[in-house]
Amino acid sequence: MALELKNVSKRVGAATHIHETSLVLEPGTFNVLLGTTLAGKTTLMQLMAGLERPTSGEIWFAGHNVTGVAVQKRNVSMVYQQFINYANFTVYDNIASPLRVAGISAREIDSRVNEAAELLRLSPMLKRRPSELSGGQQQRTAIARAIVKDSDIILLDEPLANLDYKLREELRDELPKLFAGRDCIVVYATTEPSEALLFGGKTATLFEGRVTQFGPTSEIYRHPNTLTSARVFSDPPINVAEVRKVNGDIILGDKVKWKVGRAAQALADGAYTIAIRPHHIIPTNGSQEKATIEGRVLVAELSGSESVIHFDMNGQTWVSQSHGIHPFEVGSTAKLHVDVDRSYFFDANGALVGGAG
Amino acid sequence: MARISIENLRQSYYPNPQRDEDWALKRLSLDLADGGAFALLGPSGCGKTTLLNLISGLLKPTEGRILFNDHDVTEATPEQRNIAQVFQFPVIYDTMTVYDNLAFPLRNRGVGEKDVDKKVREIAAMLDLDRTLSKRASGLTADGKQKISLGRGLVRSDVNVIMFDEPLTVIDPHLKWVLRSKLKELHHRIRRTMIYVTHDQTEALTFADQVVVMKDGEIVQIGTPIELFERPKHTFVGHFIGSPGMNVLPCQVAGGRVTFAGNVVEAVNTKAYRGNGKKLELGVRPEFVHFAEKGIPVEIVKVADAGRFRIVETRNSEGKINLLVREGRDIPTQNVRVTFDPGHTQIYEDGWMVN
Amino acid sequence: MNKTVDNKGWFFVLPVVLLVAFNAIIPLMTVVNFSVQETFGDNVFTWAGVQWFQDVLHSDRFHSALGRQLLFTGIILAIEIPLGLAIALTMPRKGPWVSVCLVLMSLPLLIPWNVVGAMWNIMALPDIGLLGKFLNAIGFEYNYTRRPISAWFTIVLMDVWHWTSLVALLCYAGLVSIPDAYYQAARVDGARSWAVFRYIQLPKLRHVLTIAVLLRFMDSFMIYTEAVVLTGGGPGSATTFLSIDLVKTALGQFDLGPAAAMSIIYFLIVLVLSWLFYTLMMRNEET
Repeated sequence: MALELKNVSKRVGAATHIHETSLVLEPGTFNVLLGTTLAGKTTLMQLMAGLERPTSGEIWFAGHNVTGVAVQKRNVSMVYQQFINYANFTVYDNIASPLRVAGISAREIDSRVNEAAELLRLSPMLKRRPSELSGGQQQRTAIARAIVKDSDIILLDEPLANLDYKLREELRDELPKLFAGRDCIVVYATTEPSEALLFGGKTATLFEGRVTQFGPTSEIYRHPNTLTSARVFSDPPINVAEVRKVNGDIILGDKVKWKVGRAAQALADGAYTIAIRPHHIIPTNGSQEKATIEGRVLVAELSGSESVIHFDMNGQTWVSQSHGIHPFEVGSTAKLHVDVDRSYFFDANGALVGGAG
Repeated sequence: MARISIENLRQSYYPNPQRDEDWALKRLSLDLADGGAFALLGPSGCGKTTLLNLISGLLKPTEGRILFNDHDVTEATPEQRNIAQVFQFPVIYDTMTVYDNLAFPLRNRGVGEKDVDKKVREIAAMLDLDRTLSKRASGLTADGKQKISLGRGLVRSDVNVIMFDEPLTVIDPHLKWVLRSKLKELHHRIRRTMIYVTHDQTEALTFADQVVVMKDGEIVQIGTPIELFERPKHTFVGHFIGSPGMNVLPCQVAGGRVTFAGNVVEAVNTKAYRGNGKKLELGVRPEFVHFAEKGIPVEIVKVADAGRFRIVETRNSEGKINLLVREGRDIPTQNVRVTFDPGHTQIYEDGWMVN
Repeated sequence: MNKTVDNKGWFFVLPVVLLVAFNAIIPLMTVVNFSVQETFGDNVFTWAGVQWFQDVLHSDRFHSALGRQLLFTGIILAIEIPLGLAIALTMPRKGPWVSVCLVLMSLPLLIPWNVVGAMWNIMALPDIGLLGKFLNAIGFEYNYTRRPISAWFTIVLMDVWHWTSLVALLCYAGLVSIPDAYYQAARVDGARSWAVFRYIQLPKLRHVLTIAVLLRFMDSFMIYTEAVVLTGGGPGSATTFLSIDLVKTALGQFDLGPAAAMSIIYFLIVLVLSWLFYTLMMRNEET
C-alpha cells in the first residue's frame, strides 16, 4: 500500500512549482516535508492527494496508477493550517461527517467518533460547536475528522502553525502516538527543523521545488548530502565558510587554522565549503573541541537556559548556541571553540565530501 | 523616551462586568523602566494583547491609570502618547513605495522633506532596506514588510515606546532568527523602551531583559529570563517557560524532609516550608534531571532526538519525568535511575513556590 | 490550473449551458439575423447587408440619443459613486445600528423600476406632488412635462434615490473587510482621516469600486422604465435615451432591421466601454 511518485513534476505557466521528483512513501510511516514557505510543500501534498494533476510523471498507490484519479475516489484526508470545520455542526457531527458520507451505520459511527474523540481528548466537547472551542480544540476536531475514516493517506499541512507555543508542544507530542499502529501514510509539512526532528520518522528536505534528500530524520540531520539540505535542516541557520585544506591543516580566512580532524582526514588538499552547526561552536572548551575562533559579538541572546551569540566571522554573521548562561558584551571579541569533528565539508558543487557527526 | 507606570488597571469588554471572568485584565500594576526591553508572555486569552493596546492607547481602560514619566496619559490617543506599534500581520500602505511608507509618519507630523529624507535613509540602512527604497511596498516578502512596519516606528526620534504584537508570526524560522537578532541589536543601539507581546517563550526570553508572565488576566511573575528559568515562582511559569516545561511532581514534606515516590529529595526551599498548604508539589526542570547510579528508579517511555539534545520521557508510579540528554551522551538501558539537581529543585504549595 | 480530470463535471455544467443558450445566445443570434435582412413580417426576408448599420450610424436621431445616454450615465456615475462611498464611510461598523442601516439602505433596491417611476411621477407633479409643489413654492419653475431640465432633474434624482444604496452597500462590504490593524497603524502613525481614506480605505476599496462603477454604468446605459413612466421620453425627445429610441424604432415604427442593427451597436458600445474600463483598472494594479 505504498505511495509512489514517479518522476512527477508540476509547472504552472512558466513557473516550475515542483521539479522532477521520485519518492516512495511506505505505509505506517510518518513523513515530514521540511522547507521554507514556497519551497513546494503544499504543491507536493496536493499532488499526493490528487487535488492537482502532475504536469509529467505518474503517481502510483498500492500498485495501481492513480495519476488523474480524483481526490474523492482516493481514500485521503487533509488537515490545514487554518482550523477548518463545519461551523454549524457540533464537534460530534464534524467528526462523524466523513463516515456519514461513506454511508456507515449509525452504531458504527457512534463508536468510531467516540474513539477518535477519546484519542484527541475531545469527549467533553462533543456537543459544542467549533466557535465555542479554543484554537487547539478546533484543530483537534479537524485532526479527529481526518483520522476517523481510516484513510490510506493523511496529509497535514502545517497544522500546528496557528497554535500557541505550548499547545503546539502538546499536540506535537500526541500526533505520532495517534498514528502508531495504523498502516496509513502520514505526511506532515512544516517550516520548522525542530518539529521535524522531534517527530522522528522520515524527513524529506525541500528547496525551491526540489526534494534534496529523503530518509530517516536523524540520518538526514546528521548526514546532509548537500549544503542545501544542511541549510534547510538547521535552526538556527548553519554557519558556512570557505576553507582550504593544506598539509593537514584547515585554514579559514587568514587567521584561523586548525589541525585537520576526523571530518576532513580523507580529503585531498584544496578548497572546500565548511558548515558548522551553531551548537558545535561554544564558549567553553570541552574535550572534543579542537579549533578556536574569535569574532566580534553582534548580539547576545540569553534565554535563561542557553546562550545564543551572534558574531562576525570574516564579514559573515555566525551563530553560537550553547547550554547555560554565557554573557558577552556587544562589540567585544568572543573566543569560541569549534567541535571540528562534527563539521561538514562540501565540494564546489555543494556535495558532502567529509564529516558526518 | 519614557518610564511607563500602570496603576490598578482593569479592563473588561462587557458593559457591566460582574463575575471574575468578565474581566480581561484583573487589577494590574506594573512599572516599566525607561529604555528597557520587556516581553509580555502568556497563552492566548491571557490578556497580554489587551494590556499592550491599553498602553498604546488603542483601548481605554475600564478602571485605573497609565502614566508616561509621571504624566497621566490614560485619556490620551496613541498619537498623543507618541508610541509606535508593529502588528502581528504586516501593515503597510500598499500604494506607496518603501520610501514613502517610512516617510509617512514624519510627513503626517509636518516634518520638512530634507529631514524626512535624512531620517528615512538612516533607518533604511539600519534595517537593510536601503536597496528597496524605490520599490512598491506591496511587492516585498513578509519579513521585508515587517521591517517596514518597524521602520515607521523608528523614523520618529521622539517615540516614547515601541510595541510589538507577536511580530514574527508570519515569518519563516530561518528568517525569525535574523529579524529577532536585528531587533535586539536595534534595541541595544537606540536604547528605546520596547514592549514585545508573544506566546513564544523563546522569543520572549531572547529578546527581553524583563519578562512579564501572564495568565487569565493577571501577572504571575516578572523577572529576568534567568530568574524565570531557574526560580519559577509558580508551577504555571515553570510549565510555560522551557521546552519541555518543568516537571511538576507530587511530594510529601515531613520533619524537614521532602519525599517523592518514597525517595528522599533535596530542594532549595525545604526549610521555608511551614506546613499549611493543601497540595504539595516538587518542581524540577528537565535540564536539571540526570541519570545516575543511585536515585529514583524510572522506566524510559520515549526518546525524541532534538539534535543538540535528546528529550527522554520517563515514568514511575507517581508520574512522568522528562529529562534532557546532551548530544553525544549515553542513555542507560538497564536499572534506570534519575536524580534531581538539589540547587534547582523547588517545593510548591498550591501552585506557588514556598518561600 | 491543470486539475485532475473528472468528466462528471461537464454533466453538472450542462443545465447552465442550456440556460445561457436560451437566455442569451439564441436571442442574440436572432437579432443578428434581423440586423442584416429586410422583413415586413410574414417570415419573408431579403438580404440587406450592412445597410441598416450604415443607416443607424449616420442617423442624427441615434447620435442625439447616444449623446443623451452618455450624458445621463456620466451624471449619475459622478453623483452615485462619490455619494455611495460617502454614505458607506459614515455608516456604523459595529453595534445595534448596523442592521438598521443595512435594512434602510436596502429598501430602495427592493422596489421595482416602474413603481419607482410611478412614485416619483406623482411626487413630482407640479400642482399636487410634494416635490413639485415645494420646488415651485420656493421659486423654481418646475414642470417635468414641459421643461426638459425639470424632466432630467427628476430622472437623475430618481436614479440616484434608487441606486446609490447599491454603491453604498458594496463599499460598506469592502470597508468592513479591512482589518482593524490598518486603522490602528494609521492612528499610531499620526495619519489624519484624509490620509486614512487616501492611503488605506481607497486602495483597499479599489476592486469594489471597479465593480460598482461597472454595474452602475451597464445598468444606467439601459435606463428605460423610469423615463417612459415619467414622460415617455419627453418633453419632445429630451429624455429619449438609447433604449427608448430603440423601442420606438422597433415597436413604434416596426423597423425591425434598423432596430436590430441599433441593438447590436448598443450592445457593442456597452461591451467595449466596460472592457476598456476594466482593463484600465486592472492594468493600474500591476504597475
